Amino acid sequence: MAVAAAAGAGGELRLLGTWSSPWVIRVRVALGLKGLSYEYLEEDLASKSDLLLRSNPVHGKVPVLLHGGRPVCESLVILEYADEAWPGVGPPLLPSDPYDRATARFWAAYVNDTFLPAFRALFRSLTEEQRAAAFENAVPKVEALDRALAECSKGKPFFGGDAVGLVDVALGSHLVWIRAVNEVAGTNLLDGARFPGLAAWAERFLAVDAVREVVPDAGKVLEQYKGFRAKWIAAAGSTSKST
Amino acid sequence: MASSGEEQAAAVRVIGGWASHYAIRAYVALRLKGVEYESLQEVVGNKSELLLRSNPVHKKIPVLLHRGKPVAESMIILQYIDEVWASDGAPAILPADPYARAVERFWAQYVDDKIAPASVVLRGVTNGDKDEAAAQVSTALQHLEAAFGKCSQGRSYFGGDDIGFLDIILGSYLGWLKAVEMIAGVKILDGSKLPELTAWAERFCAHHAVRDVMPETDRLVQFNTYLIGVLKAKASGNNK
Repeated sequence: MAVAAAAGAGGELRLLGTWSSPWVIRVRVALGLKGLSYEYLEEDLASKSDLLLRSNPVHGKVPVLLHGGRPVCESLVILEYADEAWPGVGPPLLPSDPYDRATARFWAAYVNDTFLPAFRALFRSLTEEQRAAAFENAVPKVEALDRALAECSKGKPFFGGDAVGLVDVALGSHLVWIRAVNEVAGTNLLDGARFPGLAAWAERFLAVDAVREVVPDAGKVLEQYKGFRAKWIAAAGSTSKST
Repeated sequence: MASSGEEQAAAVRVIGGWASHYAIRAYVALRLKGVEYESLQEVVGNKSELLLRSNPVHKKIPVLLHRGKPVAESMIILQYIDEVWASDGAPAILPADPYARAVERFWAQYVDDKIAPASVVLRGVTNGDKDEAAAQVSTALQHLEAAFGKCSQGRSYFGGDDIGFLDIILGSYLGWLKAVEMIAGVKILDGSKLPELTAWAERFCAHHAVRDVMPETDRLVQFNTYLIGVLKAKASGNNK
């Protein structure tokens, strides 16, 4: 759409990422929403490129956005940068009112600092016990997000209101992984019966063009997740002395 | 009738604590902007109704109350203050340039990810390997020493000629870092290893917006002992 806006304002865009990383998906969604074109470089995290190590020497992690050769690291930092470096290009991820901005930042931080660690425990759980405990711990965080959706959206489709915003991208980019974990664990973390608002929001988010274009295939994500679990189980098995 | 100063102060309140480096960030930012505020001190181990109502999700300080509406999370509060009190005369907390903003936000996140958890281990407030914690702080400060050169570009602060976002985020730890040196017996701000940061730290603590809210090391050491006592009492109370 916004072909003319392709990487204006200071140079070319390159994105270092991995195909299934939800943090990379966040950035790809944001750039897609803004109609910004970029060169995407797939990293092999087992053998990181010099470019990645030079661009993110502190963490060596993806995503890294390179704008005119200058690196921006950390997905939420990149999202705010995208809003600020290309003002007026596509709908803003953050609202203009300072109080609403603070609310959006609060819930984006909640996703990162509170929801995702709880989700990660479920993601990493190997035994029934671990799974049950992790699920129980994660549910209140989903409840909080369900309430947040009602508060932030005020009856509109997204946390950001009429258009996808920061919180939508921060949380929505993890949906494909939440679904993969739900399938393997037999859990239902975004239970449509319990959280109809959030479940409906999830469908809407995944139907957005800029999202559909970059979210990886659910089957491939599931396969990758099963591969990880097989490794973890094997590692746990080889270090445990009893069954 | 309240004077305009009182009215203004009542319009801006901070639920915080004199010893909380997170709360100190809010105090410094408001002082930098010349905004009067009412400071409400929370008592350790006994959270006020107002705090619980104002930050029901995390129940933590600081919370900024502006015209009665709560803003929580210190980094979010700083950006809110910057955006609300953004007139020509007021110093900016975040720089204007988007790339410079991204750099400061990156390092601010790094500071909180690395220094906060290590600090509470070194203070003996949470369990953990103290040597590892000390190493983590040391590595983090070495990275920040290098970042200082790039951010300051020869000027006095990360923010340039005046303190800014990253100065406040990192600088707010200085009281506790000095206290940790006494509590854990480790040298953290070593002038020979961290010359830029050591000099910056002195400038930061002497800044007009900081000096009245940066707690003294002795008071923090005492507070730490008190806090550990409160936490132990709570824990043993829970076990009955």
